[in-house]
Amino acid sequence: MSTTTVDLHSGPHGEGEVHDPHQQHHYTTMEQQFDTSKIGMWLFLATEVLTFGGLFAGFGLMQNRYPREFIEAHEHLQRLAGATNTIVLLVSSFTMVLAVLAAKTNQGAKAARYLWMTVACAGIFMCIKAYEYNHKFEEGLLPGYFYHHKGDLVAGSHGYATFFSFYFMMTGLHGLHVLIGMVLLGWLAVRAKRGDFSSAYYTPVDLIGLFWHLVDMIWIYLFPLYYLIK
Amino acid sequence: MEHTLTHGTAAGEHPKPAKNYLNETTGVWSWMTTIDHKRIGIMYLIGVSTAFGIGGTFALLVRLALLNPQHTLFGKHWVDAEMYNRFFTMHGVVMVFLFIIPSIPASLANFVLPLMLGARDVAFPRLNLASLYLWVIGAVLGISTMIMGGVDTGWTFYTPYSATTSAPLVIMLMAAFILGFSSIFTGLNFIATVHKLRAPGMGWFDMPLFIWGIYATGIIQIMATPVLAITLVLLMIERTFQIGIFDSRFGGDPVLFQHFFWFYSHPAVYIMILPGMAIISELIPTFSRKTIFGYRAIAYSSVSLALLSFLVWGHHLFVAGESDLANVVFSGLTFLVALPSGVKVFNWLSTMYKGNISFETPMLYALNFLVLFTIGGLTGIFFSTLAVDIHLTDTYFVVAHFHYVMMGGTAIAFFGGLHYWWPKMTGKMYNEFWGRLAAVLVLIGFNVTFMSQFIMGGRGMPRRYFNYLDQFAPMHMYSTIGSWILAVAFIMMAINLLASLKFGAQAPANPWGGTTMEWLTDSPPITHNFHEQPVLEHEPYDYRHREVTHV
Amino acid sequence: MLEWLRTFWLPVNQGSDWAGEIDFLFMAIFWLSVFFFVGIVGAMVYFSWRYRYKAGRVTPHQTHNTTLEVIWTVVPTLIILVCFFVGIESYMKFAVAPGEAMEVQVVGKQWLWTFEFPDGTRSVNELHVPVNKNIRLVMSSEDVLHDFYIPDMRVKRDIVPGRYTLSWFRANQSALGEHVSTCAEYCGKGHSDMHARVFVETQADFDKWMATGGTEYLDYTPEAWGKIQYERKGCSTCHSIDGSASKGPTWKGIWGTMVKLNNGTSVLVDEGYVRESMMLPQAKIVAGFDPIMPTFQGLLRENEIKGLLAFIQSLK
Repeated sequence: MSTTTVDLHSGPHGEGEVHDPHQQHHYTTMEQQFDTSKIGMWLFLATEVLTFGGLFAGFGLMQNRYPREFIEAHEHLQRLAGATNTIVLLVSSFTMVLAVLAAKTNQGAKAARYLWMTVACAGIFMCIKAYEYNHKFEEGLLPGYFYHHKGDLVAGSHGYATFFSFYFMMTGLHGLHVLIGMVLLGWLAVRAKRGDFSSAYYTPVDLIGLFWHLVDMIWIYLFPLYYLIK
Repeated sequence: MEHTLTHGTAAGEHPKPAKNYLNETTGVWSWMTTIDHKRIGIMYLIGVSTAFGIGGTFALLVRLALLNPQHTLFGKHWVDAEMYNRFFTMHGVVMVFLFIIPSIPASLANFVLPLMLGARDVAFPRLNLASLYLWVIGAVLGISTMIMGGVDTGWTFYTPYSATTSAPLVIMLMAAFILGFSSIFTGLNFIATVHKLRAPGMGWFDMPLFIWGIYATGIIQIMATPVLAITLVLLMIERTFQIGIFDSRFGGDPVLFQHFFWFYSHPAVYIMILPGMAIISELIPTFSRKTIFGYRAIAYSSVSLALLSFLVWGHHLFVAGESDLANVVFSGLTFLVALPSGVKVFNWLSTMYKGNISFETPMLYALNFLVLFTIGGLTGIFFSTLAVDIHLTDTYFVVAHFHYVMMGGTAIAFFGGLHYWWPKMTGKMYNEFWGRLAAVLVLIGFNVTFMSQFIMGGRGMPRRYFNYLDQFAPMHMYSTIGSWILAVAFIMMAINLLASLKFGAQAPANPWGGTTMEWLTDSPPITHNFHEQPVLEHEPYDYRHREVTHV
Repeated sequence: MLEWLRTFWLPVNQGSDWAGEIDFLFMAIFWLSVFFFVGIVGAMVYFSWRYRYKAGRVTPHQTHNTTLEVIWTVVPTLIILVCFFVGIESYMKFAVAPGEAMEVQVVGKQWLWTFEFPDGTRSVNELHVPVNKNIRLVMSSEDVLHDFYIPDMRVKRDIVPGRYTLSWFRANQSALGEHVSTCAEYCGKGHSDMHARVFVETQADFDKWMATGGTEYLDYTPEAWGKIQYERKGCSTCHSIDGSASKGPTWKGIWGTMVKLNNGTSVLVDEGYVRESMMLPQAKIVAGFDPIMPTFQGLLRENEIKGLLAFIQSLK
């Protein structure tokens, strides 16, 4: 094979070409840089899915072992709080989409507004989560050997403790993602307000948007798994 | 020497530039904050080589402890079972997590992958640096457990023993967890780089086969490591909160841990061996001065090995309490691994056929690889045959088998690649005589060490045994003596390489007559890799347009 | 020569017919491997010599050959298919324990083995089995993972806490004598010392060994052994050892005293009386108790009786 003449992209060291200040030295074009970042983000999201996938698999296996305990334990969860949280996160995903759109169309202030709305939704989510956790603490519905709830139907079974171990681990890990997301979104909002993003460069908004949708999606799986499925 | 790969002038014709990536900036800070893939690769190389030294020291201690059944040295009893258990655990952990997994991808590939693609850097240079820092943190944490009393679970951390032992296991698990992310970052980076940063004109099937191997490795790193991470977290929480998933005392299932663990750790075996195979695919055509035979077959076999690696984890559990049906399925799938491995070996041999073969040190390592990996691969058939596995599993036969693959395969390829790219990385030629002598000694020492382990394994010597029956004493002694030969060979190699930094001749841009793009730039390369963007004109390994070179 | 090679790679003793089968498979794969190894390394060495570097030699541009690729994919496929089927066929014999078998309960704990035979006899680190009889091992663990491995029988299976795992073997005539079993799954400090001796005996010898009830008693003082028998043989259901009332007379302080019988006479509690009470319980009934005690004729071995005697004696 012999490649025909390829026009040599002049890199950052080429002569007389104006470069976006966001373009890193090892990329030839902004498109190339954007596509690469996106591939990177999708790969990262794949690892996230697999991480949670491991926990989902573990939960499923344990549910198989303690079917009665798991059904009984899930009755202790507050379905209304869970449902509210689901709606809150769905709304936040919507505002996130609007934020990306605004950033892409050179509307920095608007993007910042939507981003703050997303942060607010995330905040509401965390407050409701805290309320739910508090309830569990009071009832003694705690992971592992901290579990001291009274009056279970299958007395002495370790299944309840296992259920709440998984509950706290999975919602906790998800909550950690929400917190990280809030920090990132706040940082984006500040930058958007400052006018850092434009149709030529909005990669961070786009990528963190993807991350935020994943956080949302994981909850969409967690909610029925813990609150609804019998 | 003639270069026809590029429109641009060949690097050799450039006046030697005073500046290269090593001396453009100086000072410790410039290295610690660098985002140059070459410098990160060099730092990784120092790191993994140190880890190899530490892991190797533990291996020597393990062998020394087993020198005779009385565990004496000059008539003195110097080691007990607890210490021995820590030795082999540390040997395993250091070699697996700190050396083999990052060895080729994070050090050599980090350096040459962008060069081979004709790129200026990897896709995410800062992530690359973050990966290095995570590795350092993981390494410090992991090795520090030795001071805290040492871990005695074996590198597999099987429950419930790992849930009950008083060893500082949580620290060790934390270290492995962090190292996992270091590995994920590397893999993610390389995949994105291969997708987007290839030189103009370089299609997927114009990439050097080394890139294919590293790309396949990246897929495994991305897809398997997260599961290890979560498994280690679950084990940590099991130890501290008693959640009852892996620990039978609380209703957990120890076999479940093994499934989770091997779901990562079997693909991890291919994270280790694929880059090794990738290097051999470079060495053999270069030193045979002939185009690679069956380019696509080798490329596809790398990818198919990566995918197969996810389907065979159950073969670690043939006697561990897995259902008979699962055993049969996993046995069948495991056999399939033989096919792409065989395809590679046969294609390498065909590449040598009618070649023009010279035996510089890297080629000697490639031949070592062929011999040792063939033994390692063929002994795999014993284990995939279910009935025979019952007798052999958990004996020294397994220990010997995976050392032939991991060390005879990966580590040998790593050292071959190290010698191959050493002139490119450092700009210096090492001494060929000492390099060759070390390569030959490695082959001898390796076989003395591990062939005797095959023999005692077949005769029923279980692994991880401190005390052993007198009937195994001769074989243990041979194995220990072999480990000393290996030690001498590696020390010889290290001195030879390090001495070249001071006394070595200046390396030309392309000392071996290689056809891939890393040879187009200076040795050592400039910070931005190439003076001009290289463009691909011929498929890789095309020797029709080249003058034959010989050092 | 072939036999020498087999014993070079594998345990000399083929303690079961199954072991012979495994050895045959092992050696078959061994020769297969030798064939491929010689082929591959032979070609490598030959090419290295034949095509060694010569200045000016031009190498041909051979990129691929589909026929060759197909051959070295298909031929190995056929070979591994054979290995696969032969492997599972043999494995199934191991996986499915025969219905008719002597069952031995194996318990692994850090770091010893206990074996319990069908009649309740136990032994520690010593497994006695009759020759030419299927032995089914029902295995469990009290702490961590273990693995019961008898190299001479080529059987190995992990023992997982929280579940029972099965293994079986049938020792053949050539196996008469002593063998070693080892723990093959890492279990901590004493892992490498967790051996048991496996004795394959003729049925007559085995019966004789069973008659003495194993060797567990050697590990205890007679009093301690008696206390174990007191609980294991069910004495504790009717006889207290703390003086409290139960269905039978308490053992506390009874030794050496005169007890009143229901026929009005008295008897000294000594060895003769206690032995008689175990074997012929209805002969003398202590006043105030019902004649409900079953006979232990044939259920207690001499060492157990001696233990019980010592135990009762020790209850002051």
